[in-house]
Amino acid sequence: MTTAEAGERPVSEVLGVPPAAHKARDRGFVLVLALLTSIALLVLAVLLIDTAIDGVPQLSLSFLTSFPSAFPAKAGIESAITGTLWLMGVVTFVIVPLGVASALYLEEFADGTRLWNRIIEVNIQNLAAVPSIVYGILGLAYIVRGPLSLGRTVLAGGLTLALVVLPVVIITSREALRAVPPSIKEGALALGATRWQAIWRQILPSSIPGIATGVILSISRAIGETAPLILVGAATFVAFNPTGLDSPFTALPLQIFSWISQPNDEFRMLAAAAIIVLLVLLVILNAVAITLRNRYQQRW
Amino acid sequence: MSDVDPASGSRDEPGAPPVSGQAPAVPAGQPHAPIPSVAHGDVIDHEIENPVFITEELSVSYGSALAVEDVSLSVPEKEITAFIGPSGCGKSTILRCFNRMNDLIPAAHVEGMVRYHGVDLYGSDVDSVQVRKRIGMVFQKPNPFPKSIFDNIAFGPKVLGMKGSMDEIVEQALRRASLWDDVKDRLKDNAFGMSGGQQQRLCIARALATNPDVLLMDEPCSALDPISTGRIEDLMHELKETVSIVIVTHNMQQAARVSDRTAFFIVDMGSSEEARIGRLVEYGPTDRIFTNPHDTRTEEYVSGKFG
Repeated sequence: MTTAEAGERPVSEVLGVPPAAHKARDRGFVLVLALLTSIALLVLAVLLIDTAIDGVPQLSLSFLTSFPSAFPAKAGIESAITGTLWLMGVVTFVIVPLGVASALYLEEFADGTRLWNRIIEVNIQNLAAVPSIVYGILGLAYIVRGPLSLGRTVLAGGLTLALVVLPVVIITSREALRAVPPSIKEGALALGATRWQAIWRQILPSSIPGIATGVILSISRAIGETAPLILVGAATFVAFNPTGLDSPFTALPLQIFSWISQPNDEFRMLAAAAIIVLLVLLVILNAVAITLRNRYQQRW
Repeated sequence: MSDVDPASGSRDEPGAPPVSGQAPAVPAGQPHAPIPSVAHGDVIDHEIENPVFITEELSVSYGSALAVEDVSLSVPEKEITAFIGPSGCGKSTILRCFNRMNDLIPAAHVEGMVRYHGVDLYGSDVDSVQVRKRIGMVFQKPNPFPKSIFDNIAFGPKVLGMKGSMDEIVEQALRRASLWDDVKDRLKDNAFGMSGGQQQRLCIARALATNPDVLLMDEPCSALDPISTGRIEDLMHELKETVSIVIVTHNMQQAARVSDRTAFFIVDMGSSEEARIGRLVEYGPTDRIFTNPHDTRTEEYVSGKFG
């Protein structure tokens, strides 16, 4: 309090008095936001803790390296893990070329003012919001049976999951391509590069971190999907690892689904343990995606 | 963009205050009298011995809006030609006709003729990629590729399939842009780590690496500080021994310092803001444009009365 000193005037005299209501409103707003956030976090925490209490005691090396069994003590998730890894492989193999090519076409070549291209754009946005079970029906009708008739195989499951996430991959890849400033393309073209050289050697490489992030997040969504796999008829009791694309398979979410529907409590504990494994897998994938984004994404 | 719409700033003053009641029909930006069309010959100097470019009644429109109209001028070889004028006068648009950069804008439409060493650049058998191989360009904002300094320079020669040692090509290009001594020890570093002035010189080196015949510079110093600007101007003086340079600049002093010839463009205010059309007003040796302009608008502009 030095207001009395020579020449110095009180703050309120120079700047005016702030209305008390403003401060109270600010504080109230922050409080509401914090409360809403904590509700979401609380629900998540309860789920995680509950799962951990049930599942952690079941986790062991033998759980990871055993096949399903009618006896809970002997049952494990090896075939579910390998099935999930196979699915990841198929999904990646399909969505990267298809997703990037579609995104390149829509961003760089398609004339956005044409009706046809606008229809494609709107449809891709819509497809991203279609429930995954619808893709399951599609997979059952056209991939498992129908024109492709692949049967209940790894390939059929992977293709169906790829369809589920393809719209998201296209959308995120387009965003990554759009994030490259037009000046880069102009710079390349001004040097006498063809359109293709400019895209292939400058725009695409610059957008790879963004595309990779989108692809990884899409894969992590795909391996958590259950409904489409149930519809395409993946088995829930598979006592062997997939041997190829034409092999029957199961996957982690299916194994979890099947154990949870068992009346026996011990199987539910196993399901909790499998959930933990799936969560760890998802956290790893998301961590890789975030690391990629933070380390390699170009700041223009 | 420091100066917002310099064209309208001083020229609308004679029109104000508007006659009461009738004012809304005439926007403030409209000049008091329509600009008379330029009589070619008296202010447009055509006597150039070795023109690199000749434009004949060149007009560019974006969609239905005419951006710049009826530009006829000749750009001399191995000299520096400056295009000056207020924002929106079409000087950049004309520059971008010289390497067909306007092709990238789907709505852009070019009419009239641009001849490069006698060849119609917009002829049906001309490939824009071939044009850009001969005619380099440097942009307003430095736009290095997000790669190493070396890769930035090597990109052009690589896509053009140039023969010879890439190390030598890169070194020579960097030397021509007087950047070699600054960067020779960090060729593998990312170009984004350089200062703005260095980045712009890298972009010049990048353009020089393909041995262009012409270098187009679109306000190359507008994002740079005075020291970096000075270095680029020195560089331009050295470069004009080997390449013809066309520079668009906002900065009249820069045009006066570096150029041999100057073209002055103006914005012809139409009935609305959308109908602003750029026109060439006067073109000739820089000395004459700045000391003895024939057109009063040129005189007003170069003496700082508007713009």
